[in-house]
Amino acid sequence: MALIPVAAMVRKDLQLFFSDRRAVIMSFLVPIAIASFFGSIFSGPSRNAEPARIAVAIVDHDLSAISRGIVAGAQGDRNLKIDLAAETDARDSVRRGRTVVAVIIPAGFGDAAGRAFFSNGEKPPLGLVYDPSRAMELAMVRGVMTEHVMQAVSREMFSGDQGRALVEETLPRVQSSTMPDDQKRLLVEMLGSVQRFYGQSTRAGGAPQGITMPYTVREEAMTAGSNIAYNGYAHSFGGMAIQFLLFAMANLGIEMLLERQKGLWKRLRSAPVSRATLLAGKAASGTLISLMTLWVSFAFAMIVFKVRIEGSVAGFIGISIGVAMMAASFGLLVAALGNTPASARGITTFAILIMVMLGGAWVPAFVFPRWLQQFTLIVPVRWAVDGFDAMTWRGIGLSGALMPIAVLLGFTAAFMAVAATRFRWEEA
Amino acid sequence: MTGPALQPFSSENLPLVEKTDDDEGGGDTIWPTVMLEIKNLRKSFGPLVAVDDVSFSVRQGEILGLLGPNGAGKTTTVSMAAGLLTPDRGDVLIAGHRLAGDTDAAKRRIGLVPQDLALYDELSARDNLRFFGALYSLRGGALDDAIRRALALVGLEERARDAVKTFSGGMKRRLNLAAGLLHDPDILLLDEPTVGVDPQSRNAIFDNLEALKARGKALLYTTHYMEEVERLADRIVIIDHGSVVADDTLAGLQSRVATAGGRPATLESMFLTLTGRSLRD
Repeated sequence: MALIPVAAMVRKDLQLFFSDRRAVIMSFLVPIAIASFFGSIFSGPSRNAEPARIAVAIVDHDLSAISRGIVAGAQGDRNLKIDLAAETDARDSVRRGRTVVAVIIPAGFGDAAGRAFFSNGEKPPLGLVYDPSRAMELAMVRGVMTEHVMQAVSREMFSGDQGRALVEETLPRVQSSTMPDDQKRLLVEMLGSVQRFYGQSTRAGGAPQGITMPYTVREEAMTAGSNIAYNGYAHSFGGMAIQFLLFAMANLGIEMLLERQKGLWKRLRSAPVSRATLLAGKAASGTLISLMTLWVSFAFAMIVFKVRIEGSVAGFIGISIGVAMMAASFGLLVAALGNTPASARGITTFAILIMVMLGGAWVPAFVFPRWLQQFTLIVPVRWAVDGFDAMTWRGIGLSGALMPIAVLLGFTAAFMAVAATRFRWEEA
Repeated sequence: MTGPALQPFSSENLPLVEKTDDDEGGGDTIWPTVMLEIKNLRKSFGPLVAVDDVSFSVRQGEILGLLGPNGAGKTTTVSMAAGLLTPDRGDVLIAGHRLAGDTDAAKRRIGLVPQDLALYDELSARDNLRFFGALYSLRGGALDDAIRRALALVGLEERARDAVKTFSGGMKRRLNLAAGLLHDPDILLLDEPTVGVDPQSRNAIFDNLEALKARGKALLYTTHYMEEVERLADRIVIIDHGSVVADDTLAGLQSRVATAGGRPATLESMFLTLTGRSLRD
């Protein structure tokens, strides 16, 4: 293959690319800006930072010792931001999206919960009015409130006045009940023990505890190493760079259609240069532009957001080259399958958005349903994004890069084959 | 890549063969060597036969005017001569060598000046020529010299560094011509090279073409402007419905057509006589 014509095509395409200020901005600045935004959202809390608190309103119609205990417990929870409100205001706040969940403690909740605690009495409802668009946060609030309700009820039952009164009220009912004698005897002994416990704890003083969680949680983020925190910017910069280099390469393909319209391909083909050389020149220039787009984005992320290649540098370079070649061949595919620049533009924009969405470039693929996670393996962007994740924050070695590189090169070969056979050299 | 050694475009280049006098072409000097020979070309697109058994030749130092109504097959013929299209039948011979394939070294002896302004608007004139020259494997000092001489020939040296998008239509046409000449081809295929240019630029292009002819280049010139052919062409081929209907000098054609009053017929009247007056799409 003639190297001078290929080098000339690369040089010419780079000149054209950098002479188009809009293309440069779209390829370098816009992905950096959007990736910074997404990265800040998906990075999660740093080790010392406070978690984002969920806005919860509590409506206490009960005003009992138990309900006040629930409110106090919730107010002390680092995951919740509690606002005490009237029911009308709480519901309105949820409707407007300012509050995720309104917890409504109905009148008589404390008494009913206490009775249900020792016997099979009717369980009182705890109302949760929630924003349907934030179901994941509802699940979290439900779990947290369970802990505080259990703690408040059990504390009151074993040490509070309300619990004492309930035990005293319950004992005669148990003795006169029709339950079997052995069960009756055991229950009376237990309630008697509770009464004696009240007497001792009153004399001893100290803060009653009630039932607490019987375990603590030790969390460990599984990243490249024990001292390496997850950096969401690594994912967002990879994803956005891939998205915008695909747009840049699609534009390169559309430029080929414009060149055909202008008759430039006639001039090129009148030279003693093979069609393969002409396509190779385009692919080479596209690969170089894509690599620049990728590496400028990652360089920015490394300098500003401390993104690091925790895995294999060789693997990172290999995946970068694979992505760049895949994107460049995608540009040729656009030129081969697009009839006119206008029609190619519309279809290409749609195709790229679908590819980056399914490929996990916007949000990580693990949020997809399981079947979709499997299905998206047919999308090259998925391999590119997973490959960059593996080489950056996951800290996986070169072995983790081999499969993504192989798949990306496979897509490159397929796209090139279609482009070479389908590209029309003459305007219809 | 193999092929004849390239020389940068130069007014000092010597012709390949010795000049001989020839009466044809109004007394201009024409070399006897046939540079471009079109032999029995046929090309169809589906059921449409665009070119059918077309034959003609162009010698060194000769300008051949190729005329025809719209859709007559001129551009298809030029495309086959330039190696852009493969004929269904027949041959294109470059100095006796059968043109075969995209990478045939004989294509170095052909310069195409397409009807479209085949230039990159965002690049400078120099960068355009640098790119087109590299397609012929020109580089280094040889490429720089070729660019300088081509720009000098078309009078654009002063605008070498300016982006083409700042050029007038006439300047773009001249640069389009320069791009076809850069690698010093022996044969120049010009497909309506003066469309949309002002009289000054057109005249400058004519001067360029006559200078090239004087250096022994073979020029195939297609146009719709009869006066251009009358001024430039040594010989005229008229093509219609894909076939050659006339191949002669202007004087020869005039002798075929009888006119009232004994005055020689105009080329336009002869053209209409040969191709008819019905409108073409």
